[in-house]
Amino acid sequence: MNIVAMNAGLTGTPEAVLFWVMAPLAVLAALGMVLVKKAVHSALLLVYVMISLAIFYIAQEAPFLGIVQIVVYTGAVMMLFLFILMLVGVDSSDSLIETIRGQRLAALLVGLSLGVLLLGALGHAFVGNGAVGLDLVNADGNVQGLASLLFSRYVWAFEVISALLVTAAMGAMVFGHRERTVPRRTQRQLSQDRFQEGSQLPGAPLPNPGVFSRHNAVDIPALLPDGTPAPSSVSRVIKARGDVLSSEPFELKQEDQGDQK
Amino acid sequence: MNPSNYLFVSALLFTIGSIGVLTRRNSIVIFMCIELMLNAANLAFVTFARIQGNLDGQVIAFFTMVVAACEVVVGLAIIVSIYRSRRSASVDDVNLLKF
Repeated sequence: MNIVAMNAGLTGTPEAVLFWVMAPLAVLAALGMVLVKKAVHSALLLVYVMISLAIFYIAQEAPFLGIVQIVVYTGAVMMLFLFILMLVGVDSSDSLIETIRGQRLAALLVGLSLGVLLLGALGHAFVGNGAVGLDLVNADGNVQGLASLLFSRYVWAFEVISALLVTAAMGAMVFGHRERTVPRRTQRQLSQDRFQEGSQLPGAPLPNPGVFSRHNAVDIPALLPDGTPAPSSVSRVIKARGDVLSSEPFELKQEDQGDQK
Repeated sequence: MNPSNYLFVSALLFTIGSIGVLTRRNSIVIFMCIELMLNAANLAFVTFARIQGNLDGQVIAFFTMVVAACEVVVGLAIIVSIYRSRRSASVDDVNLLKF
């Protein structure tokens, strides 16, 4: 009985194995997150760290938080991060120039000393201490225990935090909103523009790119009925890439035209 | 194994996150490092809940997650609106007040 009571605070062997496998990998992934150059790689490594934290939560008798961690963090927050990364530019990698001289070294020193301080304080406070464990409070189930706390002692904080969520959503909408500075052009105005004198836009639709079926057609200007190529038929993206081919080999020659006559 | 090992992992993750915040220049990566620090604090809360044998720590970790979600939403909106006006996600380029 006494031995059981003494061992209550310590974790079992399976959890020890889990910890010693997952924890070094999580710390390595976190280190890699800081060290890799590309932001997308950082995001993926952070996803790994978050998933291993979720496993730690589940191992520590907090299954609800573990699931919430996966759903909220890796499911929602990190996907939001990846969306923004794609929006801002995937290759927006860090500049390696130090704007303040010696800042990187100083930051490293400060960070390491913070780590030493934290680890020292923890080691001083907790070496040899066991844990009470959550068997008693989790007797009705973890979710039920959390719910009874949330809706009794922490109900005010719960309400405030719901207000915070709504406020954050409103704030994001305000930030994302862009006021229209010029009025939107109606379909009638657009059509009038198209037919006006000196307008760059043709009244008819643009010709489709490509001639015959002899070539992958989108990178070749179309031939107009009079035999001249129509540069406006090629997408401006392809033009900007410089992938436009000449349509000359496909144009009708003088002798061909003679034959047809 | 002593459960306080989780606290050491949490301290390490927090340290790594803070070093990242201090050294990286890309605002999105800095933001991710802040997320890492929040997660490290959460791990400490959950471990404390287990060591102390009551669920208050888990409730606090739950609240931290909600606050972190709000923070991500607003922070990313700020980053995007800065990117719209400055065409850059680097914290060095946000220096209008400097010159």
